Amino acid sequence: MAPYTIDKTLDARGLTCPMPSVKAALALEHMEIGQVIEVLTDDPVSKRDLPVWAQSTGNELLGMKEEEKVIKIYLRKA
Amino acid sequence: MVDQVKNKGSVTIVLFSGDLDKAIAAFVISTAAASMGMSVNIFFTFWGLNVIKKKGGLIKGQNWMQKMLNIMNYGHAKKLAISKMNMLGMGPAMLKTMMSQKKVPSLHEFIQTAHQMGVKFYPCEMSMTVMGLQKEDFVDECQEVIGAVSYLSIAKESNVNLFI
Repeated sequence: MAPYTIDKTLDARGLTCPMPSVKAALALEHMEIGQVIEVLTDDPVSKRDLPVWAQSTGNELLGMKEEEKVIKIYLRKA
Repeated sequence: MVDQVKNKGSVTIVLFSGDLDKAIAAFVISTAAASMGMSVNIFFTFWGLNVIKKKGGLIKGQNWMQKMLNIMNYGHAKKLAISKMNMLGMGPAMLKTMMSQKKVPSLHEFIQTAHQMGVKFYPCEMSMTVMGLQKEDFVDECQEVIGAVSYLSIAKESNVNLFI
């Protein structure tokens, strides 16, 4: 298990571009700085887009893993 | 997203087209940019005004030409044609079904999400005057009505400018 606790899980499975990053942005608005969000997506584009999104918003990308076509992305709010 | 707008850049889109497909493209870009913390402005002009028109009120305008134009150009976010293969409305119906199957939001949902994320909507003053439309004819999400000079003053400060 990762060395951080997950404060919120966002299930963005089934959603297509640009909704995973839109939902992530909206979810982060209600979170505290330093909290960690887990984003679940099965959209292949998001695998590339969400890290770019994290970089441009300044949120920290903690990790990413793929389990049976579901991509799990971990972000820390900055 | 208001707290994040600083130093994240901004996008300004002129939405000239009233076609469903082009409007969706504009809103995909807008919501994506807003999610990145960019400030987003959409300037709705000419046919693009149909995207933000309220439902109802078929006859608008002061004279017969304006009234005729608005009857023929009746439309709102849920009633727009597509730019190709419209086929008397069959095209948009099929496109909407295909989009909802893939869980792509409808244009109406996109407008609400964009507004929630702080995207600013500006109707164009000159097109409204020509077509005989009032601020009340547009959805409540709209900001103030602006002219070309105000648009340009926003556009010249923007990092990304698009005309759709």
